[in-house]
Amino acid sequence: MTIEVAIVGIGMHEFGRTEGVSGMDQGVIAVRRALADAGVSWEDMQFAFGGSLAAGAADTMVSLLGLTGLQFINVANGCATGGSALFSVYNTIRSGVFDLGIAVGFDKHERGAFRVNTKGAGLGDWYGASGLALTTQFFGMKINRYMHEYGITNSSLAKVSEKAFRNGSQNPMAWRRKPISEQEVLDSLMLSYPLTQYMFCSPGEGGVALILCRADKAHLYTKTPIYLKAAVVRSRRFGSFEVLAPSIALQHNAGPTVDGAKAAFEMAGMEPKDIDIAQLQDTESGAEIMHMAENGFCEHGEQEFMIQAGETEIGGKFPVNTDGGCLANGEPIGASGLRQVYENVLQLRGQAGVRQVPNNPKTAYTHVYGAPGIAGVTILQR
Amino acid sequence: MAQVPVTEGVFTWPSETPQLIGARCVACDNHMFPGQSGCPRCTGDKTEEVLLGRRGTLWTWTIQGFPPKAPPYAGDVDVKTFQAFGVGYVELPGQVKVEARLTVADPEKLKIGMEMEMVIIPLTTDADGNEVVTFAFAPVA
Ligand SMILES: [Zn+2]
Repeated sequence: MTIEVAIVGIGMHEFGRTEGVSGMDQGVIAVRRALADAGVSWEDMQFAFGGSLAAGAADTMVSLLGLTGLQFINVANGCATGGSALFSVYNTIRSGVFDLGIAVGFDKHERGAFRVNTKGAGLGDWYGASGLALTTQFFGMKINRYMHEYGITNSSLAKVSEKAFRNGSQNPMAWRRKPISEQEVLDSLMLSYPLTQYMFCSPGEGGVALILCRADKAHLYTKTPIYLKAAVVRSRRFGSFEVLAPSIALQHNAGPTVDGAKAAFEMAGMEPKDIDIAQLQDTESGAEIMHMAENGFCEHGEQEFMIQAGETEIGGKFPVNTDGGCLANGEPIGASGLRQVYENVLQLRGQAGVRQVPNNPKTAYTHVYGAPGIAGVTILQR
Repeated sequence: MAQVPVTEGVFTWPSETPQLIGARCVACDNHMFPGQSGCPRCTGDKTEEVLLGRRGTLWTWTIQGFPPKAPPYAGDVDVKTFQAFGVGYVELPGQVKVEARLTVADPEKLKIGMEMEMVIIPLTTDADGNEVVTFAFAPVA
């Protein structure tokens, strides 16, 4: 018999900039909030997976939370760090080794665009020295070609940002809570053509923790268990177009998001049409647009109509990035993928307050993408 | 002023007709840039050095509108004097798409599919007063 897995506790430290609170401390606060949400104590945790990119080794947080001797494994997997921690908790419970555990991700980055460690990324010094080691360039180049191929307009790029900041303005945990109009987005500084300043998310700070258990024990901790039906992480295949690539093959492959989505739908026994809401990687507004199609929610090019018609708004047919996404929350790498799951749990519990998606959504989807070409997907069901 | 390449082994220099130095998989003919010892296409472990073509077509592009962080960037990072520069992938027929700086930074003058040719451009001046150069692609006039 397959062991099913449920999320029974969620905790988050506010995203944004919190002076005087370390990334690690933000992770600890998220853990305490998740424990309170599930009505359990740190001593009840049988195991943990956690990670951050720039805020220290996650397992050192036991000296703040309590030295209980639990199994704590650090995860480091770039933008999929949080997703990989969740994947590991999910599989540990499914395998029957432990019944109750926690995934935690947190981070705190310096201001401005990410400084790429070219050596760590397996790139020559010449690459960064020549001005090519910027993730922002990849996003500009990918959406520029996509607009050329599929007729996506600048207006739709700006509308994605406008939606993100409007949704963020209704989210007390979000960093950017001031609505910004489509025109203001278009008129802001051009950072990497065709993407302007307000079309990009910024590296930031924050922490998220999720407590999971065997589904048959979920009633011990919550009245509203949310079932994790799929958790998938995929790396790139030959021919895909990825961030920080000095060259790409002539042969084309659709990339890790397409592979990850297919595997997740298969694991969950669902199809894209079965999903009620989605949190999709929006490092910049073009990414949200491209990821709608790469995850299977529409055909390439259909996004233009969907966005202009407001279908991805909270009250629309297919709400996307209901908490404001990376654009309004910023991107603390270790925590970002878990934030998406946190938001989906709130939405499926009906606890999302003023930004609650109407008509009792039953299924929710998350997707992260990052360097050097990895994608993480989850599917939740009420 | 002497000119030195930003690195050895990435492009031929000095040369009247500089070329990028890549690698070719002996087993499946996959072309890679820069050179590497293993083939991501067929998992083969034998590659040989190959000089890449100097001409191709622009596959996609963007414009770097703000000074990159230094390090790793070696060029001008002063916000008052920084000049935006183009970046793109150029598809070299039968070989590979290479990422490079572009000599043009005007969106009106860059079109997907346009013919491009490899050139060498100045990047910065080193401590010894040498001009450090790197590779770029320019529209074919
Ligand atoms: Zn090969």
